[in-house]
Amino acid sequence: MKRLLTVSLLGAAMAAGSAQARDYDTVRIGVDIPYVPMEYRTPSGELAGFDIELGNALCKQAELKCNWVEQGWDGIIPGLMSRKFDAIMSSMTINDERRQQVLFSDPYLVPPSAWFAPTSTSLAGVESSDLKDKNIGVQRGTVQDSYVTDKFGDVANIQRYASADDVAVDMETGRLDIAFLDYPTGQAALLKGGKYKTMGELMTEPKEYFGDGFGIAFRQRDKDLAETFNKALATLKSNGTYDEIHDKYFNEDGTNAPQAGD
Amino acid sequence: MQELLQSIAPWLSDNAIFTPSTIAQYWGGFVNTVQLVFISLVIGLFLAVPLAIGRASPIWLLRKGIWLYTWIFRGTPLLIQLYIAYYGLAFIPGVQDSLIWPLIKDPLYPALLAFTLNTAAYTTEIFYGAIKAMPRGELEAARAYGMSPMLAYRRIILPSALRRALPAYGNEVIFMLHASAIASVVTIADLTGVAYNIYSRYYAPFSAFIFVALCYMVLSFSIQGGFRLLEKRMLAHLKPR
Repeated sequence: MKRLLTVSLLGAAMAAGSAQARDYDTVRIGVDIPYVPMEYRTPSGELAGFDIELGNALCKQAELKCNWVEQGWDGIIPGLMSRKFDAIMSSMTINDERRQQVLFSDPYLVPPSAWFAPTSTSLAGVESSDLKDKNIGVQRGTVQDSYVTDKFGDVANIQRYASADDVAVDMETGRLDIAFLDYPTGQAALLKGGKYKTMGELMTEPKEYFGDGFGIAFRQRDKDLAETFNKALATLKSNGTYDEIHDKYFNEDGTNAPQAGD
Repeated sequence: MQELLQSIAPWLSDNAIFTPSTIAQYWGGFVNTVQLVFISLVIGLFLAVPLAIGRASPIWLLRKGIWLYTWIFRGTPLLIQLYIAYYGLAFIPGVQDSLIWPLIKDPLYPALLAFTLNTAAYTTEIFYGAIKAMPRGELEAARAYGMSPMLAYRRIILPSALRRALPAYGNEVIFMLHASAIASVVTIADLTGVAYNIYSRYYAPFSAFIFVALCYMVLSFSIQGGFRLLEKRMLAHLKPR
């Protein structure tokens, strides 16, 4: 099967190669919406969020015209491969498994992952012994899924959902004892009403799971485009634009800043 | 079997996706799918026979009530029925403190409930159609022999109707197997769910989905073969000779 895959990928690469490298006047960026506060729609229907604002600023800096293309998370890497868009900027954590498929920019944000449990939880902690036979909710295919599957797959019952919102709904029904999510997402989905709290430390280690933070993903051969974005990112970081956007969405410790309209 | 495993072992060792661990996951998914489909079909079948008789009964309220039930369940997508059973039931006030909560809490039972009610609705209509298609002459003969309606049902109508419904019911069983692929949206690790998990872990859509497609095909063709045998035996008298 591996050989079959290689052959078909080779075929795809040759087909793509014959289309020739294109001038990137317009860059289409794939994004999975909603993933508050990283990317979502305002009530008036406009795109907003940290990824969106930073992405637009990067495009402006690099003098590129950018369009956002909505794509569900499940199909976002295949969408990039099949040229539905030229980049993914959708809170994608950089890790080795994905590196085999795509080319990542420099990381533009390193968010922690965290455990979320009801305020009234009887759990004492988040060690294997505490989570024995408990129901853990995660978003399918995320780095949090991989971490929990490897670390607690044998002792706990892991329930995988299509979105963080589904996790939040089943926390509400009491089907889940605890959830493991990106901190900013979990905070937006669960922490507002005071019914939930975080447990344990905010986690960014071990690197083999949590990777190097969020990166923009490109097709392997679009090295120039990735380089353009890396340069723009470096400029925005040095001239203060990055901090300005960051502070609009996050507090110093990575928690969410209050937003207008909340 | 040993030989087979040995012959594929070198091929497996070169492979990151078909490892013993993923094969164990696929097997778990296979078992879950078969269980889910089998249990809902059996319960659905037992519900459908009396419901079909009720659907054909002269009592207006009974007839219309069962008609309403099949109309609702055949008129809405199974996915929506599953969502209502899984997410909806959990939000009925008081249900989370009640005795049935442990059942609703487990994703298996809401899924079984939705699947069973759905297949029972379709099967009821299939059997009802078969009862309606009963040749009048046979009914009149039964009546002429002085059989009560109950006896006529037991000896004449049901055996003949069930036999006639067999090909259509075989289709329903296969439809149900394929429809069960949606169970993964409520976190059940059925075949499709396992394929999703492996796909999202290794980003290898072809190997995961083609492999489970083959598993579904094996199941479908086994069911088809089973029904063909059954039809051969039960419908032998209809064959041209």
